Amino acid sequence: MSAAREQPRLADRQRVFAAAMLDPALPPPPGVVDPEGQVCPKRFGVYRNNVIAGLIEALQDSFPVVLRLLGEEYFRAMARLFVTARPPRSPVLLQYGANFPAFIAGFEPTATLPYLAEVARIERAWVEAYHAAEAAPMDPATLGTMAPERVGELRFTLHPSLRVVRCRYPALMIWRMNVADGVPGAVDLSAGGEDVLLVRPGADVEVRALPAGGARLLAALGNGRCLSEAVRIALPRCAPDELSMHLAGLLRSGAFTAADATDVAAVGADGAPHRRLHRVRRRGS
Amino acid sequence: MIRGHGSLPARAGVSLKAKHYATVLERTPPVGFFEVHAENYMGAGGPPHRYLTAIRERYPLSLHGVGLSIGADRALDRAHLERLRQLIERYQPGLFSEHLAWSTHGAAFLNDLLPLPYTTATLRCVARHIDQVQETLGRQMLLENPATYVAFADSTYEEGAFIGEIVRRTGCALLLDLNNVHVACTNQQWDPGRYLDAYPLAHVREIHLAGHSRIEDDVGRPLLIDSHDGLVCPPVWGLFTRVLETLGPVPTLIEWDAKLPDWSQFEGQAAQAAAMMDAQAARNPGAAQSAATRRMRPPQENGHRVVRDALG
Repeated sequence: MSAAREQPRLADRQRVFAAAMLDPALPPPPGVVDPEGQVCPKRFGVYRNNVIAGLIEALQDSFPVVLRLLGEEYFRAMARLFVTARPPRSPVLLQYGANFPAFIAGFEPTATLPYLAEVARIERAWVEAYHAAEAAPMDPATLGTMAPERVGELRFTLHPSLRVVRCRYPALMIWRMNVADGVPGAVDLSAGGEDVLLVRPGADVEVRALPAGGARLLAALGNGRCLSEAVRIALPRCAPDELSMHLAGLLRSGAFTAADATDVAAVGADGAPHRRLHRVRRRGS
Repeated sequence: MIRGHGSLPARAGVSLKAKHYATVLERTPPVGFFEVHAENYMGAGGPPHRYLTAIRERYPLSLHGVGLSIGADRALDRAHLERLRQLIERYQPGLFSEHLAWSTHGAAFLNDLLPLPYTTATLRCVARHIDQVQETLGRQMLLENPATYVAFADSTYEEGAFIGEIVRRTGCALLLDLNNVHVACTNQQWDPGRYLDAYPLAHVREIHLAGHSRIEDDVGRPLLIDSHDGLVCPPVWGLFTRVLETLGPVPTLIEWDAKLPDWSQFEGQAAQAAAMMDAQAARNPGAAQSAATRRMRPPQENGHRVVRDALG
């Protein structure tokens, strides 16, 4: 091959091409031509537009309420900055946008909408819950048959779709008003925050506000604390009836897939001690 | 049935979109198969999998990858390949296809099918990656011809010859996207008849038909954009008729990804493709016969090792 025809390695050429995809100030790479062999920035721009517009659309699909709150033009301008600075790391675009809420939180021009990043976190949690692994929630009735003192020893397994978003603003109310069939109305931003539970026990993502202390309780249970320990950490002044209300609400939401009672004294069929004497059955299992 | 080889019925299928999940399950419309983008089913669970499972119980399936970046001059993403392997194991698609394109750079995924110079260096890179895909998946893959907007001054192969050489080296089969042929031929000022003459039609196992949009290039010439957002246009139907004369009926997808219409329009386009296949088969039953024979023929001698093992 003659020296005149030698080209840089394909990898290097693709590096130059890719850089120009994300930076409109860069010219098309050398050797990219139209049918007459001429440079053709507009043709090259089709690829750039496809890349950028496709990624912006992926964000529009995942954050429809933020889109509605900002309007399409504003949203797309903001999203363009995000996608060029942080293109996806994976070809699985379902996962794209995990750090979009944090980007919004630091985005100076929308600082006058302090609830916006919280709404974005609810939307991101919704997407995660939607695509999370399937798992049958445990039957709430099972606990009713247990002696109350044993219930405190239970360690709960959280549903894989469960997400908790802690908010300083009434972001859940704003989210509800702006989902597809929502009716926007006045919101008192000084009304205080809500902690939001999202879980998909079946086909649909269910979203509800958690009572005070609920987020801390779930965090402690998620860290492997038994119920009585979790209550001591999260709800130190909780009355027993208040606690059973908490627990009933979480069970009804499908927040748990299993509950195990620890009992190291028990001996398994193989003669070895085992820690899972009372596995509270999953619904349908 | 040859293990490791998939197949689809030689009928008209359509893209499966979330918008149509419920309609498809309620009506079980008369389409030959559905095709999905693999990456849309790479979540752990949730409604996409629930619907696809239910629809797969009722229809043949084609799995179409858009993120493997076979043309990127870097190692294939093994995690992504493993996700594909698992999806194939779970849904047992009749065919698996990917693109003659690239879409990754560094750690970034650029979410578009970017063009390749047709050189021996590119050929080696693409062939090596297709070998790896077929080996990992334990089956033959289909490679789709691209819709392109630019050319590379140093390309030494014409596109059809380049694709033919990939087939020869890897034993892969082909997905012939006729909208891409029309788009590329318009944009590159190629003659579509000559394109199809040079293209290795004997290895085609699936056809794509789709709509495109139109702008102008830097100097005012028409530039077609592969937007998958509308009806199949008359010139593409014309190419379909022409290819059917050679191939007989082939699994043919109506591909529609944006500005999605109601289900009836999807079904209408599929019915048109089906009617054209029926009419062609009635005119020339011999072509259909030879198509069936061709589907049964083992890959050529230099076919991929896994394919040969599967036949053994």
